[in-house]
Amino acid sequence: MKIAGILQALLWRDIKLAMRRQSDVVATLFFFVVAVSLFPLGIGSAPSLMHAIGPGVIWVAALLSSMLSLNRLFSSDYADGTLEQLLLVPMPLTLILAIKIFAHWIVAGLPLVILAPILGLQFDMGAKDIGILVLSLILGTPLLSLIGAIGAALILGMRGGGVLLAILVLPLYIPVLIFGAGAVTASVNGISPEGALSLIAAMLTLGVVFAPFAAAVALRISLE
Amino acid sequence: MLKVRALECRRGASLLMSDFNMSLEAGQLIHLQGANGTGKTSLLRIISGLSTQETGKVLWNDVDIRTAREDYSSNLIYIGHQPAIKDDLTVLENLTVSLKLNGVNVDIKRLGEALEVVGLARRKNLPARVLSQGQRRRLSLARLWLDQRPLWILDEPFNALDVQANKLLEERLDQHLVSSGMCILTSHHTPNIDKKLLTEVSLGL
Repeated sequence: MKIAGILQALLWRDIKLAMRRQSDVVATLFFFVVAVSLFPLGIGSAPSLMHAIGPGVIWVAALLSSMLSLNRLFSSDYADGTLEQLLLVPMPLTLILAIKIFAHWIVAGLPLVILAPILGLQFDMGAKDIGILVLSLILGTPLLSLIGAIGAALILGMRGGGVLLAILVLPLYIPVLIFGAGAVTASVNGISPEGALSLIAAMLTLGVVFAPFAAAVALRISLE
Repeated sequence: MLKVRALECRRGASLLMSDFNMSLEAGQLIHLQGANGTGKTSLLRIISGLSTQETGKVLWNDVDIRTAREDYSSNLIYIGHQPAIKDDLTVLENLTVSLKLNGVNVDIKRLGEALEVVGLARRKNLPARVLSQGQRRRLSLARLWLDQRPLWILDEPFNALDVQANKLLEERLDQHLVSSGMCILTSHHTPNIDKKLLTEVSLGL
């Protein structure tokens, strides 16, 4: 089918481009690992303390490293003129952005999910808690990419966009953080994480439906 | 057929054009002229649907392009100032992706032929970052040999091209017009094609 072919070509392109610039991907992951590892060094490593801060620290670091890569989502396509061509692809811009956001999650979100169990071990989490951590990140990191895409589309072409992006996007990340870290904390304390996880899943559903649309509107405004 | 009706265009506080009218029929080429800053690129961006005008309409087959965006886009090739080439992809990958994104599936043989025509066949597996400005321009124009669409909107297509490539593009334009294609372009020199097909439009208040 024609539409599927176009979307596939876009996904292939974005992932291939990220693979050709592996240093960017690796730098974000390195940031994630280092940021998480700094906390035990700074505040001591008593087991009770580790249990208390572990979920929050891992989630905050995931949030920040996902934000680091947001700038790349549109800015390089904008700089070389390929973004114009994407706007002229005979297909709704919302769909195109949904694919771009998905590609961003594969290169910037999925690696965080894969690395998280190792960092969980660092904080002395049990197997079950690590499972919940991974699950909460699987549901939460796509949401970070979706929300971030709206911000990235809005700041496109602005000077000093990076800081502005953080100011725009971080407040919107707060609910994801609360319920994401909340699910893991609940699990660590022996409470059922189900409620928090369901809420992130609900937010993710909303995000998948509305965020690409909002990003498409923002992008058209930025490119006027 | 493309019609521009009573177009008004502003950039910031300055008025670039008001009550601008133009129509483009099959087999016709419009050469937009005007000094720097008279709004040639702005006009092309409006006509291609990338920017919006203050007032006025752009009609494709008598339908406003804003209401039939996807149908219009599938009839259009726009090549802007920037060549829209990804430095990290190879020459061949760049061409393949730009065609696939527009729903055109071409076999590898025809891709090779088009690259041969624009003189990039020997560089097809090199990353695009090693290309010179002229070669980048040739690569972005290669699409014109592979993608059959009636309306071409070209912003300074002759920029950075050498004499031989200039001639090549003029020949391709001629072919396109003879097979009742349409083209609107900006350029600092008048394209050397059949004068009957060429219409000059000057911008600037």
